[in-house]
Amino acid sequence: MDYVVEMLNIRKEFPGVVANDDITLCLRRGEIHALLGENGAGKSTLMGMLFGMYEPDRGIIKVRGKETIISNPNVANRLGIGMVHQHFKLVSNFTVTENIILGNESRKGLVIDTETASKRIRSISEQYGLNVDPHAKIEDISVGMQQRVEILKMLYRDAEVLILDEPTAVLTPQEIEELGKVMKNLIDEGKSIILITHKLKEIKAVADRCTVIRRGKTIGTVEVSTTSEADMAEMMVGRQVTFKVSKQAAKPADSVLRIDSLTVKNSKKVLGLKDFNLDVRAGEIVGIAGVEGNGQTELVEAITGLRKAESGSILYDGQNIVNWPIRTRIEKGIGHIPEDRQKRGLVLEYSIEENMILEVYQKRPFSKHGLLNKAAIRAYAKRIIESFDVRSGQGATSVTRSLSGGNQQKAIIGREIEQDPMLLIAVQPTRGLDVGSIEYIHKRLIEQRDKGKAVLLVSLELDEIMNISDRIAVVNNGELIGIVQASETSEHELGLMMAGLRGGEVAQ
Amino acid sequence: MRNTIVSLLAVLFGLLAGALLMAVTGHNPFEGYRYLFEGGMRDISRFGDTLATATPLIFTGLSVAFAFRTGLFNIGAAGQMLFGGFCATAVGLTLDLSKPLMLVCTVLAGFLGGALWAFIPGLLKAKFNVHEVVSTIMMNWIAYWTIYYMVPAYFKGEYLETESRQLPDFASLKSPFLSEAFGGSYINLGIFLAVLAVIVIAFIINKTTLGYELKAVGFNRHAAEYAGIGVNRGIIVSMLIAGGLAGLGGVAEFTGNASNIQIGKLPTQGFDGIAVALLANNAPLGVLFAAVFFGLLYSGRGFMNAMTDVPPEIADSIIAIIIYFAATSILIERLVRKLLRIRADKREQSAEKGRES
Ligand SMILES: Nc1ncnc2c1ncn2[C@@H]1O[C@H](COP(=O)(O)OP(=O)(O)OP(=O)(O)O)[C@@H](O)[C@H]1O
Ligand SMILES: [Mg+2]
Repeated sequence: MDYVVEMLNIRKEFPGVVANDDITLCLRRGEIHALLGENGAGKSTLMGMLFGMYEPDRGIIKVRGKETIISNPNVANRLGIGMVHQHFKLVSNFTVTENIILGNESRKGLVIDTETASKRIRSISEQYGLNVDPHAKIEDISVGMQQRVEILKMLYRDAEVLILDEPTAVLTPQEIEELGKVMKNLIDEGKSIILITHKLKEIKAVADRCTVIRRGKTIGTVEVSTTSEADMAEMMVGRQVTFKVSKQAAKPADSVLRIDSLTVKNSKKVLGLKDFNLDVRAGEIVGIAGVEGNGQTELVEAITGLRKAESGSILYDGQNIVNWPIRTRIEKGIGHIPEDRQKRGLVLEYSIEENMILEVYQKRPFSKHGLLNKAAIRAYAKRIIESFDVRSGQGATSVTRSLSGGNQQKAIIGREIEQDPMLLIAVQPTRGLDVGSIEYIHKRLIEQRDKGKAVLLVSLELDEIMNISDRIAVVNNGELIGIVQASETSEHELGLMMAGLRGGEVAQ
Repeated sequence: MRNTIVSLLAVLFGLLAGALLMAVTGHNPFEGYRYLFEGGMRDISRFGDTLATATPLIFTGLSVAFAFRTGLFNIGAAGQMLFGGFCATAVGLTLDLSKPLMLVCTVLAGFLGGALWAFIPGLLKAKFNVHEVVSTIMMNWIAYWTIYYMVPAYFKGEYLETESRQLPDFASLKSPFLSEAFGGSYINLGIFLAVLAVIVIAFIINKTTLGYELKAVGFNRHAAEYAGIGVNRGIIVSMLIAGGLAGLGGVAEFTGNASNIQIGKLPTQGFDGIAVALLANNAPLGVLFAAVFFGLLYSGRGFMNAMTDVPPEIADSIIAIIIYFAATSILIERLVRKLLRIRADKREQSAEKGRES
């Protein structure tokens, strides 16, 4: 068999945890090979070793049949291996071209030759249908586009083997579809791909084979075409997973959040949310459905206080909160699972326990007279870690940066739910989580509702919105298109509304 | 632990490079080092001088380290130190109080003067996002010229235009008792203040909600904002404390080590503070050791120069080289990791051999 990459019996240990314990993965030339496993199973670590970020403690890596030692990413580049990381590594005030040639600049005399580079980038972009503008600045382009920049970066360096670490976690459904096409194009051009994803549907749609790992050990490699989603999930988690959540009908009570003709500017200083109205009651989950960038961020940040409202009012528990400081809003019971876990949600240099008190450190028992109480903090963090199954090498004292992406996310969710907020704003709460964890988080969100709390769920995934919400508000271009009952709507109707067709028009 | 090893290695490499320099320039490195260290430690009096030299460095090192821990790069310790020292001197030359009360006033004046000097860059950063590197450097020069004008105008010395009057004994940190205990060294009460500052800063950084907030702002201001921590307030508070520390350095230098203030000089300790913080990896206790070490080199070089013909600039070169190694600590870390790996491999191999036989 013609393998481009063979990773044989790989072992890698971090302080307190064996991230990889005898893992074997063989990549055929021209295939899309999915890598599936729970949060913290060791996927990113394994790929990190193929890309030269860590060296394995034991085991052999063969590239094109030849045993090699990949001691750093430059070696990987030379071997034609490229990687798109779970959390992108782009310089946001650089252009696409500058980012792509970074560390690989060709010179014309003393100056960097960006002209030739951008021409080449444009032609690669056309060849694979990536549709990237080489002169755009990173901070101005969508997340989906940023990802294609990362892919372009690999292709620019003539990568033959492409590693994509959870590329779809941050993408909209449309972008995911496009990415699928891009991957097929790449395969047709003779590239080979390793794809990490938690979405079994995607594996079914694009992958040829799938290697499943659990807690650092290989469980097996299967042909995707002959294995069902449920089977793969069971291989990965070790038990059966239910994909449907069971919940009773909501018993909504009084309004907790009432938004009245709210208008908010986006970061480009134009109106991102226009004349918006919404009501969220105690004991219900209201979902916000819409394509990314249609006002969701502006809405959430206006409620949480991270962004100023231009006009309109936000009534929370009967009081207009538009001028309240962020701290007050938190103390009055507004919880927030942010969209970007590494930018907003966590101080990566802090330990987990320090992150667990990010919003409550100034309260008893965590501090008294300005002095931190380490014992109380530890106990509190341990409780969250346990109930939300946050896995890490050294428990509460692990540096947050060392946690796997999914475990970072679980820590944030745990922190926010543990504060038992009267209003919980959950933005993409299950981004990057494995199916087992998603199941658990969904259960906890519904539990919150059943305790009589209000939940505002913002998600790009229609499945999630439809399964969890009681009512669904659809946004398009910063405006509210309509509100529908989750039990009475369909994917089709939501799709039309998300495209901007009003509820009334759909009904006819 | 790992950071300590890296810092110690930086020092070791710096000393080795210094030895190389001495050898290349035709001197005997062993002799050079012997006199360098003897000059700083030979007897209790010399050791007292070393501590006195280190005292302002402890303050400025703490200042830079504290700011850095909260995400700010304080290049302005020199100006803060100068202005703080000036305020203390002014108070000492103006008020007429009993010694204990006077010292409280000069120390307070020094702290507040330094804090004021850092408050302005802090405010500029918080309100207008002016980078503190630029504004603190400008404040250095403003301090320089302010002292240049103020000292001759209001505190002129009896003979010299370029320096202030001598501080009276009751306004000086010098203590005859301490000096005698150290065999006539010019060590003074400043060292106690410095050790106290190290303890207080370590305490603030590690144990208080203030330290928690400031570090959060420093590491990730977006997350701090999300959590309701006042980011702008944090920046200002942090600069105030950093500036105050540097100001205390000024008190130690101008009312302790010296007994008046001169015009036309930015204190070099302000910039050496950056080196101290770097070598200390921004840890308060580390600052203490790094400052004493630098103090040792500075106070020993004169003796070395007197006893051998090694030029005193060698000591400066050693410090510079140490800074290079500390700044490129990532390289040293890699080296350490590689060494550890080789050792682990060897152990594994010998273990396997043991099993086979
Ligand atoms: N640099 C590191 N230092 C210490 N521990 C680490 C480090 N990187 C990963 N780990 C630990 O190794 C384990 C595997 O992490 P890894 O990131 O490979 O998981 P993953 O399979 O990619 O999970 P996810 O789906 O959540 O991204 C985790 O327990 C993690 O805490
Ligand atoms: Mg991962």
